[in-house]
Amino acid sequence: MSMPFYVSPEQLMKDRADYARKGIARGRSVVVLQYDDGIAFASENPSRALHKISEIYDRIAFAAVGKYNEFENLRVAGVRYADLRGYSYDRVDVTARGLANAYAQTLGTVFTTESKPLEVELVVAEIGAGPADDQLYRLTYDGSVAEEQGYVVMGGQAERLGALVAAQWEPGLPLAQVLAIGVRALGSAPEEGAEDRQLSPAQLEVAVLDRTRPRRAFRRLTGDLLADVLAAAG
Amino acid sequence: MGPVPSSGRLPAAYTTPGSSSFAQFLAQAAPELLPGNRPTGGGDLGVPHGTTIVAVTFDGGIVMAGDRRATAGSMIASRHIEKVFPADEYSAIGIAGSAGLAIELVRLFQLELEHYEKIEGNLLSLDGKANRLATLLRGNLGLAMQGLAVVPLFGGYDLARAAGRIFSYDVTGGRYEETEHHAIGSGSVFARGSLKKRWRPGLDADGAVEVAVEALVDAADDDSATGGPDAGRRIYPVVATVSAAGYLRVPDTQLAAVSTRIDVERQVGDPRA
Repeated sequence: MSMPFYVSPEQLMKDRADYARKGIARGRSVVVLQYDDGIAFASENPSRALHKISEIYDRIAFAAVGKYNEFENLRVAGVRYADLRGYSYDRVDVTARGLANAYAQTLGTVFTTESKPLEVELVVAEIGAGPADDQLYRLTYDGSVAEEQGYVVMGGQAERLGALVAAQWEPGLPLAQVLAIGVRALGSAPEEGAEDRQLSPAQLEVAVLDRTRPRRAFRRLTGDLLADVLAAAG
Repeated sequence: MGPVPSSGRLPAAYTTPGSSSFAQFLAQAAPELLPGNRPTGGGDLGVPHGTTIVAVTFDGGIVMAGDRRATAGSMIASRHIEKVFPADEYSAIGIAGSAGLAIELVRLFQLELEHYEKIEGNLLSLDGKANRLATLLRGNLGLAMQGLAVVPLFGGYDLARAAGRIFSYDVTGGRYEETEHHAIGSGSVFARGSLKKRWRPGLDADGAVEVAVEALVDAADDDSATGGPDAGRRIYPVVATVSAAGYLRVPDTQLAAVSTRIDVERQVGDPRA
């Protein structure tokens, strides 16, 4: 009878984490930025049908990077979770915190018990009555959750783009300005010496959770509407 | 809310791909929440019943109107119940029958449409919505056989045809498209008579609102279970237009003016004569 090779738990977890990180790093980034009237999401994504940013519930949205089939599955699960909760209790009882917990448990269980971790990173965002009540949760492949303030950058170049956004973002900016910061970061040159790219509206997927809208706050910005908002910042 | 496995991970029903239907998901994740899955003893429970709903087409949309009365036997259970609701941005649903179940069915139907929209990223066609409602009704047949029937009236703006359309149903989930106008509920016989005389092609939205309110006034005249406009308490029917602009509720000020005009016309005799 042959014995399997011994692999230490540390090594096993490290291998899985490396695998997931590599998968996520291949994808394009998503930036999530708070502005005075809500939360804006932007990603370089030429597809009009395969979204990285989606509505979950009245005041809650979802953004993801990594493997499409895996985060799409989590997105659908999130919509089902939120709709069932709102149906059994009330619409106001659906919270981003509850959803982030459910996602964290799912990601964590898959990471420790299955042979392959999910190659995804998520943001669950909820707008409140004012900017101080907004919530931004960032979830990683191993199920860890972090509550972020102001902005989140995920995906391939997260650290580099995060530094660019950090240098310019501040609380209370209007939508056009935060979008300009996000889009500039997404188009910035990956290494020293290369040219920055100017991303056109057709290359971008942009959506907002708009506090001023009555019930369903999620809205996609496309075409002329997006071009106008981008032009407004100059 | 369904069994939660020991790992805390979302159960398999949440992550099973393929279905965009909330009702189908509910049947797996929390079947006890589906209205059709509840056993009742049968017989007359004396629960509130909602009554008359009318729908009228006009050029570019529909008007749906419902009175505000719910009755339990000969008693008025409520004089301000609402029985006309937005199903989604481009459709409306009105309900007659057992009030508690009807409101639950409306909640489920509204969520069914929103759920589909969020998962698929686009709206269902108007025919698709009408068919989904028929399926939900079919699930209720057991309760209907025990005397807890719910009959909806559904109407909306068809974005593909750029026109308003109306659908009626029976308790078995039969779906029938109506032309011009329709009414359901205990006062529907009188409302339909009124609609036939007053509806004409080429109505605009305001004209259709008048025709619909007048039909409810006629229903309330002859049916004890239908409530007319109540100026004293400022309780007016729930009236909504659905057109390319979406679902819009007609404000009470406009309804007050319409019902006063109908009153005055009837006091001084018929001006059409």
